[in-house]
Amino acid sequence: MGLLSDPNRRRALISLLTRLNAPICVVCYMAGVAWFMGLAFEPFTLRTYMSENAMGSTMVEERFPAGERALATGREFSAHKKKVGGMPVDWLVKTMQARGLEVFTQRFSRTLPFPDENKERYLVKGTNVYGILRAPRAPRTEALVLSAPCTPGDNNNQAVGLLLGLAQYFRNQVYWAKDIIFLVNEHDLIGMQAWLEGYHHTNTTGMDWSPLQGRGGSIQAALSLELSSDVITSLDLVLEGLNGQLPNLDLANLFYAFCQKIGVLCTIQGKLQRNDWDSVSGYSHSVQTMMLMVMKQASGRPWGDHGLFLRYHIEAATIKGINSFRQYKSDTTTIGRLLEGMYRKLNNLLERLHQSYFFYLMPSLSHFVSIGYYMPVIDYILLLICALDLWVQLATPPPRTEDGVADTEQMSSPGVLSVLTPLVISHLTGVEVAVEHFPVSETEAVVLTAIAIYTAGLALPHNTHRLLSGEGTEQGWKVLKLVAVLYLAVLLGCTALINFSLGFILALTLVPVAAFVTPHVPKILSAFILVILSPACTLLFSVFFFQELQEMPVSFIDGWMLFLSVISQGILDHSLYGSLVYPLIALLVYPCWLLFWNILFWK
Amino acid sequence: MKILTFFSLFSTFLSANSINVEENAGQFFSSGHTNNWAVLVCTSRFWFNYRHVANTLSVYRSVKRLGIPDSHIVLMLADDMACNHRNPKPATVFSHKNMELNVYGDDVEVDYRGYEVTVENFLRVLTGRLPPSTPRSKRLLSDDRSNILIYLTGHGGNGFLKFQDSEEISNVELADAFEQMWQKRRYNELLFIIDTCQGASMYERFYSPNLMALASSQVGEDSLSHQPDLAIGVHLMDRYTFYLLEFLEDIHPASKANMKDLFKVCPKSQCVSTPGHRTDLFLRDPGSALITDFFGSVRKVEITMETINLTDLIKEAEQKNIHTTANLQFPPLHLSSFLPYLTPYPQKPKQKDWHPPDGFILGLWTLILLVFFKTYGIKHLKHIF
Repeated sequence: MGLLSDPNRRRALISLLTRLNAPICVVCYMAGVAWFMGLAFEPFTLRTYMSENAMGSTMVEERFPAGERALATGREFSAHKKKVGGMPVDWLVKTMQARGLEVFTQRFSRTLPFPDENKERYLVKGTNVYGILRAPRAPRTEALVLSAPCTPGDNNNQAVGLLLGLAQYFRNQVYWAKDIIFLVNEHDLIGMQAWLEGYHHTNTTGMDWSPLQGRGGSIQAALSLELSSDVITSLDLVLEGLNGQLPNLDLANLFYAFCQKIGVLCTIQGKLQRNDWDSVSGYSHSVQTMMLMVMKQASGRPWGDHGLFLRYHIEAATIKGINSFRQYKSDTTTIGRLLEGMYRKLNNLLERLHQSYFFYLMPSLSHFVSIGYYMPVIDYILLLICALDLWVQLATPPPRTEDGVADTEQMSSPGVLSVLTPLVISHLTGVEVAVEHFPVSETEAVVLTAIAIYTAGLALPHNTHRLLSGEGTEQGWKVLKLVAVLYLAVLLGCTALINFSLGFILALTLVPVAAFVTPHVPKILSAFILVILSPACTLLFSVFFFQELQEMPVSFIDGWMLFLSVISQGILDHSLYGSLVYPLIALLVYPCWLLFWNILFWK
Repeated sequence: MKILTFFSLFSTFLSANSINVEENAGQFFSSGHTNNWAVLVCTSRFWFNYRHVANTLSVYRSVKRLGIPDSHIVLMLADDMACNHRNPKPATVFSHKNMELNVYGDDVEVDYRGYEVTVENFLRVLTGRLPPSTPRSKRLLSDDRSNILIYLTGHGGNGFLKFQDSEEISNVELADAFEQMWQKRRYNELLFIIDTCQGASMYERFYSPNLMALASSQVGEDSLSHQPDLAIGVHLMDRYTFYLLEFLEDIHPASKANMKDLFKVCPKSQCVSTPGHRTDLFLRDPGSALITDFFGSVRKVEITMETINLTDLIKEAEQKNIHTTANLQFPPLHLSSFLPYLTPYPQKPKQKDWHPPDGFILGLWTLILLVFFKTYGIKHLKHIF
């Protein structure tokens, strides 16, 4: 007889599972965490390599000569920006036209749901200016984008200057097979969102923008430039986009290949690569780089202007120039040459970048971990959940007992009801938290209201019990736990597929909760642990941890203010760009956690 | 006196010359071909396959320089590199870096271009099964006295060659096409050169006579590209064809270089892959086949004032042939025997793989069984008998 169809063997397996449930859970969880830590260990990672045949190696001759002129243009831009007190639209239009581009502008405006205190804006009005360099001999079917943001103050002037310098150089070449769009966007992400929506004729976020007069074909790749100094010591690559989406790894490979060819220091997450992977400090350096990427990806916000392109299946990355205290500095001509080389290679593309990975983690710029290697982490942790729910199922006696039909009826109906009520009430609480339209207009008021509703949910069990008929039954909480555990498994599985980092961080904290919560554990202690492991506190700890990783540790008060601003940014991201992290946590993760809270206070 | 010696010298010289010419007349027909054709195919498209087009165009250039006219060349290019949007020097295709040699020129005649280069069209050109509306420039109008050069380049693998990213031609198809050509007597001798990865697999299946094949790499090896040009941004040539081009640049229409020199082109130190060749189906000795027999269109012209009796000389030549080609039993070479359908050409025996003799395997099994039963006892034997 087979292993599972033989009743004797099955009973033996079941008893084994029931007996060993606790060790299995612990082992699975530890295995998942250990696998994750092992991902940063260099022998377990792969070196990056170019997958796209059309891009080949870095064989182009870069001849961009005009770095100094680009800086002069940047200074002119900054002077005009100060004069106008915003974006110098007329000057930009005139300069781009002088370089032979077809120039168009786009106006946009948006009222935020509540004032954004980080960037100090509430009613946003702006203009985007973009110029299209038409390919001399090609049909206008494909395009590449180079963008630089227009930020207030002294930032990013050199970026706009370099953009205009490159535009002039590119205009003199005959080998362009795609149109190149040079975009200067105002109010960074909001302007970029308006431009992208106008370009693709979609309106997902309710912004008000004027339609685009000129278009260039389907965009194959985009680069966003942030450069605030005349000389740089290193270039930083930012990959994480909206909802944790990443561009194709080939774009990062291209950047790295050119950095090596031209001889510029390149970093990712602001951390320079180290060669000593076998030492403890070297390994912890890779772990820190990887954890930074995980944190940034889990937050679901775009970390550069490129982040919004990814939604339209346009591979995009942001290149930031960093000027720190190193001896060897590279000038603007070198950066111009690097960008020229990258654009010449992107010009050779025949189809969108698709040969390399879309889901990966990078412990350093030259090594990566693909989805095939990091998925087992989630698998192990969810295996734990499967073990758990099997256990719960088996610990619940089957409805067909020999005690008679009346008994079972009595037992099953409170089962269904007892499960439904907490579920519905939890979700309603979640919906309250996720409500967008607030009558108040202060950021702090919004955020504190959200937290207040969150905390009010903690009082839920006492209220649900009044509505319940079959309170305090053994059967009831087991069924509820089964449902909650299944719900958590499905939720975490789906989240991990789309945004692995978010799924992993939630799994790290919520799965132990699911494992040990029963009404029989000591109440005060487990209530405390449950609150510590709730999504909100996870967020709080993540904020502190993130600041530590970036080597800018904060005090508790600053950390708390940062935590509040993170929540408000999450709500704003959702309403401005359609980020899904906040609704996910508020509507799905939090009710799930509330179910476990209910189980704890079942009696 | 002086005039007499001069006259005697002159007469001896003339007679020697005429004997020379008479001997040479026998050799006029020794190679057997009267016209030359070339079919040059590039099967890859896209800008990063620039080198395949440059390969084909450089062989085209050599073949034209050595005398084959455009009317006898079928040139098939799968993509237009000269006018590609990404070409920084439009209307040129370079084969050497620093733009030394433009193989595109202004007198290139492409017969099959772009999407017309398909496996079907290639096979139709070879076998001659083209629709009646096909113009002459797209036809291979060869006869049984034609020597054909076929050059293929592109991306290939073990047993196939890729055409344009959408289809493949297999080595079996190619061998069958050549057999069709043989049955219809569309060639006298055929030289097949292929420059792709694992190119030797393409000639493994040939079985028709009078074929000689060269490939740039063996099975399991990749053919590598030669040099990139940084201004253009692509590799310009493949190694094998680059060194082949250099070798051909030294050949002029009167040169006597033979096929054995061609086999030495691009040794492993230069090519990284191991070029291969196949001559077992070729009935002449490769050392007696000149390069210009395939790559050029050489008209043999010797001016003589004498009348030459051809039938006698053929008999003399046949005597010589029987003595020198000791192992082969050829029927006597009469002029009438050049008519193809009267006597079939004998073929060299095929090489079979070695199998152990049949009884050996049976004996081995019996031995194994006996040993088995000896060790485990005789009583198990009764289960068999």
